[in-house]
Amino acid sequence: MKKSIRLMLALVAALSLFAAACGSDSVTDDVVDAVDDAADSAADAVEDAADAVEDAADDAAAAGDAGLVYDIGGRGDLSFNDSAAAGLEKAAAELGYATTEASPNDDGSNRAELLQLAADSNEIVLAVGFLFAGDAAEAAAANPDVNFAVIDDGMLNFDTGEPIAPNAAGLVFAEEQGSFLVGAAAALKSETGKVGFIGGVCCFGLIEKFEAGFRQGALAVNPDIEIIAQYITDAPDFDGFNQPDQAKVIATTMYEDGADIIYHAAGGAGNGMFAAAKEFSEDNGSKVWGIGVDSDQYNTIGTVDASLQEYVLTSMLKRVDVAVFEILKDHANGDFAAGPQVYDLSVDGVGYSTTGGYVDDIADQLDGFKAEIVAGNIVVSTDPTEVGG
Amino acid sequence: MRRVVMALAAPIGALLLTLIISSIALWAFGSNPFSAYSDMLGHASKLETQVDIWNRATPLYLSAVAAALGFRMNLFNIGVEGQYLIAALVAAQVGGLIDLPQALHIVVIFFVAMAVGALWAGLAGMLNVTRGVNVVISTIMLNYIAVSGFMAWWVQAWQADLRDGESLSATNLGTKPIPKSGVLPDITGFVEFFTGDIRENNPVSGMLVIAILVGVLYHVLLNRTTFGFDLRSSGINPFAARAGGVQPKRMIVIAMMLSGGIAGLVGLVEVFEIEKFRPNQIQGLGFAGIGVALLGRNHPVGMAGAALLFAFLDISSGILQSTQTASREIVTIMQGIVLLAAVVAYEIVRRVREREEARATAEALAEGVAA
Repeated sequence: MKKSIRLMLALVAALSLFAAACGSDSVTDDVVDAVDDAADSAADAVEDAADAVEDAADDAAAAGDAGLVYDIGGRGDLSFNDSAAAGLEKAAAELGYATTEASPNDDGSNRAELLQLAADSNEIVLAVGFLFAGDAAEAAAANPDVNFAVIDDGMLNFDTGEPIAPNAAGLVFAEEQGSFLVGAAAALKSETGKVGFIGGVCCFGLIEKFEAGFRQGALAVNPDIEIIAQYITDAPDFDGFNQPDQAKVIATTMYEDGADIIYHAAGGAGNGMFAAAKEFSEDNGSKVWGIGVDSDQYNTIGTVDASLQEYVLTSMLKRVDVAVFEILKDHANGDFAAGPQVYDLSVDGVGYSTTGGYVDDIADQLDGFKAEIVAGNIVVSTDPTEVGG
Repeated sequence: MRRVVMALAAPIGALLLTLIISSIALWAFGSNPFSAYSDMLGHASKLETQVDIWNRATPLYLSAVAAALGFRMNLFNIGVEGQYLIAALVAAQVGGLIDLPQALHIVVIFFVAMAVGALWAGLAGMLNVTRGVNVVISTIMLNYIAVSGFMAWWVQAWQADLRDGESLSATNLGTKPIPKSGVLPDITGFVEFFTGDIRENNPVSGMLVIAILVGVLYHVLLNRTTFGFDLRSSGINPFAARAGGVQPKRMIVIAMMLSGGIAGLVGLVEVFEIEKFRPNQIQGLGFAGIGVALLGRNHPVGMAGAALLFAFLDISSGILQSTQTASREIVTIMQGIVLLAAVVAYEIVRRVREREEARATAEALAEGVAA
């Protein structure tokens, strides 16, 4: 060890002697100067060019930097996170944002750190999922120059009814309105007069909105319809969103009970429901349906198993991509507003999908309901117990 | 001199092995290992990051000590996971319901957490001594009963009380908030005395002091008390210990309860931070602690180093993503590699040492015979 240090010291000493010898040599002095000058002017030119390139880049990236923090799992969930990613990509392409992405550790222990990291290098930070709400409120207070937007939480202070922070927006969706439309679609299409609902995780105040809207929509079409609802797990056990096998068991039971259309609000677990629909249909020769959620599942499930596509009646669309794009646009235009930004039917923040063409024949009726909701003639409940749950 | 080299060979060898395999993994994933390491170290050199590392290492360390206490007498308490979660939930709920002067309030929360953890672990101990149920099996079962059973049920039941008059949303989910008098103060002010200003939303958990205390007590208990001697001898040779007058059944129950009592402290780090128990309380610390105990070889200082290393790796996943040098999964891979490397390196050193000892004995014997 010591030997090698001595060797290195000797090398350094030798090198500096050599350099000094070169420098003092009068013949080479002029040459060195000339080379120096040339190098200087070359460096200047390069610098100018770099500045120009940078300016051009600045112009292109006029909207600035945006950081997006996904919920656990990140990209590739065919649903929530991917939808947010689509919005971010659109903002990068159309508004010129420079974007970075991150997703938390599997136990979600580093959410706060990721928000802070994103805030260090971006002007606006988006967080995908209500679990970020508490940490985002703290990060917003600590980084007053950075705007924050959290999906699925209103970012409201409950005591005052004011936004939690002037630089924190909450992107919330009227899931009950979209669910109303697919509930109506289910009732219109059902031949058995019995439909089902599978929720991913009960009792934390979000998935109930889906159930309430679905019930109300189905009852609006057919007051005598029978609705069976079941949740996979109860909070704090959030595994329900990731248990397709459980969703499949529940769905099979519902189909056997006579339900012919089931709507799921269970994230990744929903694939199990579509698998059950296919199996039941093939075994019994009578076609049953599933209704997807969040993304257009006719498309997303096609990337997993194309044979399931024909069982996707429609999907309740929750346009996370629209919300992400809109808030980035607002930020770029200097119109960023704090507190809840509601994406409902009136701005197409929620809706239903038509891919596959299975609901084309009832589109007029569904659009009629949509108009009534937008006009305020129908107020959709967010509490299942108010609508027969 | 030779002893020092032998003692350092295993950890240094493990570290080198980890670096080599991790570099290969990074390279195979298409990342530059050197820029990844320099990003990680550069990030960790910042004060804010160090605070994050301390705060992450604290529960990991407590969990590791809880597991190690059982390991020392060959009791595999796999149930730290369930013990810390159920303890944190009950302690947070009790803390939210009562209102006492500050010191007393905090002490009550600590007592409840440790008692619940001890009872839950003691259950596995009792099952073992009365019915002969293997502790590994019973603690795994009790994990499910605690997390998917009681925790799911009680969180629902207890947050239902909150619903009256307040709209339930993601931000106010969980047990009733603990009044200020029941919240263990952070030690940011004390740490700032040495380090300079720490960012306001990044306090240093007061549980760090508790963790250090637990580490010291663990060392004293095992090495300076009769109980510790009994515990270690039961672990090395239960039959000899029994012949020496140790009551094995009593030892098992007490060791399990001690282990569970320390496990009860793990969840308090987060409970004091957010001042309640919320449904998305961080899970998995119990299992992570087993890895930390393994890496730290059940040694109080070794486990502290292991906890800091794991915390450093956990925290690094953020910077690797934000600089886009590597994907965050590499961090989990590195944690696995370091564990394996440590096991391998220690085993190699043990064998070398054994062989040398055998040779030395043989030589000594030969000399003896010659003389």
